[in-house]
Amino acid sequence: MAVNIADLEQKARDIWRATVAIHQRAPETRVASSLSAVDVLVCLYYGGLLRFDPRQPQWTGRDRVIMSKGHGAIAMYPILADLGYFPVAELERVARNGSILGGIPDPIIPGFETVNGSLGHGPGVACGLALALKRQRRPERVVVLVGDGEMHEGAVWEALMFAGHQQLDNLLLIVDNNARCMLNDTNKVNSLEPLADKFAAFGWVARACDGHDMRSVYNNLEVLLRTPQGRPAALIARTIKGHGVPSLEASPICHVLTIAPDECARLAGGQA
Amino acid sequence: MSPPVLCRMRDAFLNGVMARMEADEKIFFLSADFGSPRLDVLAARYPGRWVNVGIAEQNLVNVAAGMALEGYATIAYAIAPFLSMRCYEQTRVNLCMLSQVRSLDVTLAGVGAGFSYDVSGPSHQALEDLSIMRTLPNLEVYSPADAVTAQGIATQRIGRGGVRYVRMDGKALPDLYAAPPELARGFQELQTGREVLLVATGYMTHRALETAALLQQQGIAAAVMDVFALQPLDQTAFQQALVSASLVVSLEEGFIGKGGLDALVRQALVGVPQRIPHLGLGLTPEYSFEVGERELRLDRAGLSASKLTARIATALA
Repeated sequence: MAVNIADLEQKARDIWRATVAIHQRAPETRVASSLSAVDVLVCLYYGGLLRFDPRQPQWTGRDRVIMSKGHGAIAMYPILADLGYFPVAELERVARNGSILGGIPDPIIPGFETVNGSLGHGPGVACGLALALKRQRRPERVVVLVGDGEMHEGAVWEALMFAGHQQLDNLLLIVDNNARCMLNDTNKVNSLEPLADKFAAFGWVARACDGHDMRSVYNNLEVLLRTPQGRPAALIARTIKGHGVPSLEASPICHVLTIAPDECARLAGGQA
Repeated sequence: MSPPVLCRMRDAFLNGVMARMEADEKIFFLSADFGSPRLDVLAARYPGRWVNVGIAEQNLVNVAAGMALEGYATIAYAIAPFLSMRCYEQTRVNLCMLSQVRSLDVTLAGVGAGFSYDVSGPSHQALEDLSIMRTLPNLEVYSPADAVTAQGIATQRIGRGGVRYVRMDGKALPDLYAAPPELARGFQELQTGREVLLVATGYMTHRALETAALLQQQGIAAAVMDVFALQPLDQTAFQQALVSASLVVSLEEGFIGKGGLDALVRQALVGVPQRIPHLGLGLTPEYSFEVGERELRLDRAGLSASKLTARIATALA
């Protein structure tokens, strides 16, 4: 079934607004890091590329998705709510007392697999999932989303080396390459480049794309998820931290910034 | 008469692992490039059911957690100080936290308890591991004193759910048990004696028995208790065992005053109405760069059987 890119783009705008609206209600959430990943996440979940069943979050036939960059996963909340993993009304209660939806997502939330927030764990756990699925000759894939700053963690590289050596071709790692850490641009803190070459040297297939060009994101994800690569695959999505919010896009420390209430209200209201 | 054949804990443990692997196809073995002749047997017998992840303890634990999420009971095998400390946060997040909301079965099997890698220097010695591992919720912490117990932990716990740390001695030690003790109880009285109770774990349980023999020569009747599980442990039974003594002495090949066996004993004693004196004996919290065998190190620390005997006799006087 052919995917309609315009529909995905419209869904991405909806999820973007819903993410800003969550931030409006819960300013302690990391909004800049969440907005960079919206297009990639929408493409994954609405592009027909993943197997999942919101009525059975732990369905054994699901593709496993690990949000290793937990700080930036607030955009997942409106997606999972929209798909029916939990009631949309829960979005009103993010970071409130007693909500299942915290500032950083954890596996008490239907649709999340692992404990998030401590960076660098996702790729290694994903390797374990992928190895287990391969040993059982199961068809499900493992998708893990990391941030570029997260790749400073040494455990990430232990996992990349392992996945390459084990030829975990059921593993896809997506880098939300928004090029910013918490305090500065990543290349000024501790440069990762040439990142694609590093993946290749570790035995991975690596592609790069504009992470806000829905057609490009879709085409690359489709190739990497549907065509056997014989090796683990990485998609380096070039994104913009704080995407769509001028005040965030302009600041190298936007990870820790919030959107002013009036700007938040205007953006969430759809006038952006 | 030939000396008894000593079995290393790791080999007995691996025998137990293989027995479980024979019975349960969903048991998978992971090593951080750490071996044993018995592991060679395991690898040959089950070539598709083990992986050497390389010298990468963080990834070892993460891979073990990921496979466990898919229903495998995994064993992560490495040198004890590295398995407990290099990847502590992987254990905290992906085993202890995650197992509270997901069903996991992971066994961290560490070799090199206390000073057992004596001449390899302080990096290879595990003097903090019991303290730090027992601070983690949801983690079983085992410290066997002999091969029989180590094998029992493997056969009784692997594949039965939960996450655990097993710290095994690197040296071959005499067996203390004919059959594995009751793991859920956490401890076992090895001998009775009404004047002093020696509470020990791992290698120090052997030292406690030697010390008790020397105390006996001085007319002091010492009981000896082996604590093979620091958690979970039957707290009520443990307290009852402690209050029967007029002096409790804890013996550990680890730092004292840092949350190890001495803290376990003290915490239990706080909860009883009787006032039971407690003497916590172990290692002063500092690292030693001096090259020397285990017995030399323990003697310097006042933990040889003769020095312990003198210290305990003084405490009783």
